[in-house]
Amino acid sequence: MSDQKTPGSSRVGLGKRGASAPATGSGSGSFLEVRDLKVHFPTADGLVKATDGLSYTVERGKTLGIVGESGSGKSVSSSAIMGLHRGTRAQVSGEILLEGTDLLRLSNEEMRRARGKDVAMIFQDPLSAMHPYYTVGNQIAEAYLVHNDVSKKAARARTIEMLDRVGIPQPDRRVDDYPHQFSGGMRQRAMIAMGLINDPGLLIADEPTTALDVTVQAQILDLLQDLQREFNSGIIITHDLGVVAEMADDVLVMYAGRAVEIGTTNQIMTKPEMPYTWGLLASVPDLAGDPEEQLVPIKGNPPSLLDPPPGCAFSPRCRFKEHVSGDLCTTQLPELTSAAGATHVKRCHLTDSSVLKQEQPA
Amino acid sequence: MWAYAVRRAAIGVVLLVAVALVTFVLFFATAANPARLACGKNCSQQQIKVTEKALGYDQPLYVQFGTFMKGLVVGREFPADKEVRERNPELVTDCGPPCLGYSVNVGTTVNSLIVQAAPTTISLAVVALVMWLIGGVLFGILAAVYKGSFIDRGVVGLTLIAYAFPTFFIAVFFLKYVVIKWEILPYPGYVTIADGGVFTWFENLLLPSFTLALVFMAGYVRMTRAFVLESLGEDYIRTAKSKGLRTRPVLFKHALRAALTPLVTMAGLDFATLLGGAIITESVFAYPGLGLLTVQSSSSFDLPTIVGVVLVAAFFVIVLNILVDISYAFIDPRVRLG
Repeated sequence: MSDQKTPGSSRVGLGKRGASAPATGSGSGSFLEVRDLKVHFPTADGLVKATDGLSYTVERGKTLGIVGESGSGKSVSSSAIMGLHRGTRAQVSGEILLEGTDLLRLSNEEMRRARGKDVAMIFQDPLSAMHPYYTVGNQIAEAYLVHNDVSKKAARARTIEMLDRVGIPQPDRRVDDYPHQFSGGMRQRAMIAMGLINDPGLLIADEPTTALDVTVQAQILDLLQDLQREFNSGIIITHDLGVVAEMADDVLVMYAGRAVEIGTTNQIMTKPEMPYTWGLLASVPDLAGDPEEQLVPIKGNPPSLLDPPPGCAFSPRCRFKEHVSGDLCTTQLPELTSAAGATHVKRCHLTDSSVLKQEQPA
Repeated sequence: MWAYAVRRAAIGVVLLVAVALVTFVLFFATAANPARLACGKNCSQQQIKVTEKALGYDQPLYVQFGTFMKGLVVGREFPADKEVRERNPELVTDCGPPCLGYSVNVGTTVNSLIVQAAPTTISLAVVALVMWLIGGVLFGILAAVYKGSFIDRGVVGLTLIAYAFPTFFIAVFFLKYVVIKWEILPYPGYVTIADGGVFTWFENLLLPSFTLALVFMAGYVRMTRAFVLESLGEDYIRTAKSKGLRTRPVLFKHALRAALTPLVTMAGLDFATLLGGAIITESVFAYPGLGLLTVQSSSSFDLPTIVGVVLVAAFFVIVLNILVDISYAFIDPRVRLG
């Protein structure tokens, strides 16, 4: 890849975002395109296929929600975008095209320069994600200094500006506080400030509200929504469907390392076509609904990634598999096929998804 | 923080008194009669009685301990018996505070023996500490970064081999080959900085310190490796990488900083122990430090000197412990000493 296509742009070969001309290969409007991404971990017990053949796109300016249980591969696949598996034993293959540039083909140094500048990530637990021995300001400024040739003073000013932007009161004083002197919500705000300080084109939020109190969760979500304008595109990883409904334009549902359903948020939330998605929705209590109504849990446990069940990985837990003729569910992995509408795809043998609707919760 | 330091120092003083009492009681209440030892082999009962009185060993143990403690605080004069001092003023030795006692064997105060020996031991310990910290931490990081590779195995294996050989073997090996056979270095003998300058001082310390450092290095390599590996797995390292930091700041600013607390604890305590004297190393190299003094005073039953050396060693351990605890406040901002 070439360096600095646009004069004056400090972005490393990834073109400028926003109004300026997109880099070659990204004229279609998709900002991030992941193709057949595989992240495999060789272990003593065998190959763990944490992500296996994942493909999705994130449109320019849109936010994709990735939903799934623990171990479904949502974090692992997103870490691959950040290049965080480099230097580990993980085997990563496929393509991750960010504005047409394949991140997996970048050299380590090129990837390092893109990290935090073109793609940034915020993490689940802001307490453990920050170094306990350095001030919040030091850690945020560090992210700015590594990508910008500016003085420490300028970086500090920029840090205070960012802290102010994410709603930290008295940012010029709190900048010198240590992470343990911040509340959980403030720490996550600081992490968001760190992620956005270089105006990244893509922000990946890995369960940004999971470790927080419910009231604080709402504040952080509000903040992220306010800031959505600041970054081009976003990926929000969560197992909280409420977060998805609020934040995401599109939703990718993952199960056992694969995409099982992709659609717009509206399609997924109102017309799920895949039994697993249906199960996720059915297991969420509805405050406005009938208090006598029973929740429908998804029975069983997520499958082992070492030894996934043959056929559809969800089949052992699927309550709708008797609607599929023969033993298709347990012998043959269903392809991602379009469901209702062009933007909606599912990985399911069920041809008549009306059976889901009959049992549609609430 | 200062309140904390003062409180710890007060506890340290109490601890020292306890150590003094225990050593004092253990040694002076033994079957060995210090007066007989001081008097020599062909002493009559009569002479022993006289010596006992002159040295103050005729007093009950608690009085002796009281005199000893008083000497520590305000100093005292020897011989212990007032009458003897008055009759033979030419024999009187003044021992200023903190007076640790009088060695009849050597014929001087324990203080002067320790003041003579301490610089040797301190030099040895400081140079060894610097060597094993640099070597141990660097090799430990190397092993952690290349975990599982031949570099890791090589580093850990080599330091373990060095660790497996007894100190006296390494010391004798260095003397025989590096000094005598290959003549790379002169035969080490302690030279103060004032006498020979920094270079000669260091040149003479090189072999004994390296011998000491080798013993500790293996432990520090393994510890550093483990601590760095642990902190490399922390979430904040992932954050540091996600920012786009280069490998070096990730390693040294983020990972090593977190490993510092346990390393400082270990180094502080090991250093404190060494300040009490490196017995084997000092013996083999004939280095006149506290270790050699310990050996000599033990073999000649020089009880006052033994008690003095034990107290000094305990003092170093207690002081270093306090310093280590205080250093936590500087290393880890979450620790606020109140």
